[in-house]
Amino acid sequence: MVGIITYGAYIPRYRIKVEEIARVWGANAAEISGGLGVFEKAVPDYDENTATFAVEAARAALARRSVDVSEIRAVYVGSESHPYAVKPTAVTVGEAIGATPVMTAADYEFACKAGTAAIQTSMGLVASGMMKYAVAVGADTAQGAPGDALEYTAAAGGAAYVIGNDDPIAEINETCSFTSDTPDFWRREGEDYPRHGGRFSGEPGYFKHVESAAKMMMERRGTRPSDYDYAVFHQPNAKFPQKAAKSLGFTAEQIKPGLLVPRLGNTYSGAVPLGLAAVLDIAKPGDRIFVTSYGSGAGSDSFDITVTEAILDKIDRSRAPSVESMLNKKKYLDYAVYARHKGKIKV
Amino acid sequence: MTVARFWRRIPQRYNLIGTKCETCGHVFFPPRAFCPHCRRGGDLHEIQFSGKGKVLTFSIVHSASDQYAEQKPYVLAIIELEEGARMTTHIVCEPDEVYIGMPVKSVFRVLDAEGADGVIHYGTKFVPDE
Repeated sequence: MVGIITYGAYIPRYRIKVEEIARVWGANAAEISGGLGVFEKAVPDYDENTATFAVEAARAALARRSVDVSEIRAVYVGSESHPYAVKPTAVTVGEAIGATPVMTAADYEFACKAGTAAIQTSMGLVASGMMKYAVAVGADTAQGAPGDALEYTAAAGGAAYVIGNDDPIAEINETCSFTSDTPDFWRREGEDYPRHGGRFSGEPGYFKHVESAAKMMMERRGTRPSDYDYAVFHQPNAKFPQKAAKSLGFTAEQIKPGLLVPRLGNTYSGAVPLGLAAVLDIAKPGDRIFVTSYGSGAGSDSFDITVTEAILDKIDRSRAPSVESMLNKKKYLDYAVYARHKGKIKV
Repeated sequence: MTVARFWRRIPQRYNLIGTKCETCGHVFFPPRAFCPHCRRGGDLHEIQFSGKGKVLTFSIVHSASDQYAEQKPYVLAIIELEEGARMTTHIVCEPDEVYIGMPVKSVFRVLDAEGADGVIHYGTKFVPDE
């Protein structure tokens, strides 16, 4: 069955605390951290962007398992911060992992769910027999305008998945999606920062799509929340996934290992792929994982995943850094240096 | 750097592709078309370096050219790759972290860009290998 052959993650080492951002803008840090459930977020280095995250994550995946890269026939990178407006990030990833030139490639953009859309496309190409392996990446250097609510959470990082049929470490039993035209978050061409519908984002955006896709998945599989060991939901803040999980019937214990946003921020297209990577870092054979992403605009992709015996003997998880180890390896920046890192100071 | 010149260097910059002379065993980075030791007797083949190495010597750059100005102060070093070739490279770390003999490993980073509307040059830098 089609599934995950190997996976890799990347989180940059710089962080800024929410209280430091609040200090600059005269906001109440305790209220913001309490409301969002986010305490610090990952910040890219000067010489990092979505393409470098995608390459590092894909190389981490290939370090864990020996995969014949000439059999990788597709690379898809999902992001809302592709370094070029025109020129694919996916070709840089393909070149850097040695998979070019006999492969197809494209970039995806669907707010925060472009990474899971890339996984779905890869599943289709593999399941149809068109290719042995496809690589799907979700990565972002998320942008939030200075002083905007998004600035407290917009973070950086990504994860990569090699999708195939051949002894997967986790089988993807099914995927389904729920999509509609909902203007809850957008960025127009040529604009530096996105805009959002504020409180409007929650109800008709996040909750409607996440809960509809999640319920559809459990209906199709005939499962209940208690059938799963772990659940990963899109995490623009800690409050939304906790509320959605609770109303669907998942417990706090099921979502905790994949809930990285309090220490990482929202890595947009990287968020669910990184949450799933954190779960795979600790998963055992037989574990069942429920995954539902969300992208503004809007849509949700749901996945039902079962971890196989191959996670013990077909990959060596220790050959690439775990999500937990990257979360713990950090250096704090003050707002001024952070603004320089993010290119917010124009000279 | 012209677009064409950067494009020709993508294999060596992204994936540390160099050359090895099968006659004398010397390895070269950047790749050479000709072995300076064996001359006409040389037999050069491409090799991919592992990306592991150690710092031979370094300098902290405080007065940088425009394209690296935002990164200063930064560490520029000559490193020796474990296969034997030596190269000049950025070490991504704090200036007080670097020392002679420090083990390093390769990472994929932006090297520079031709302004806001030009090509972005990606390639290899090194970080401390803890």
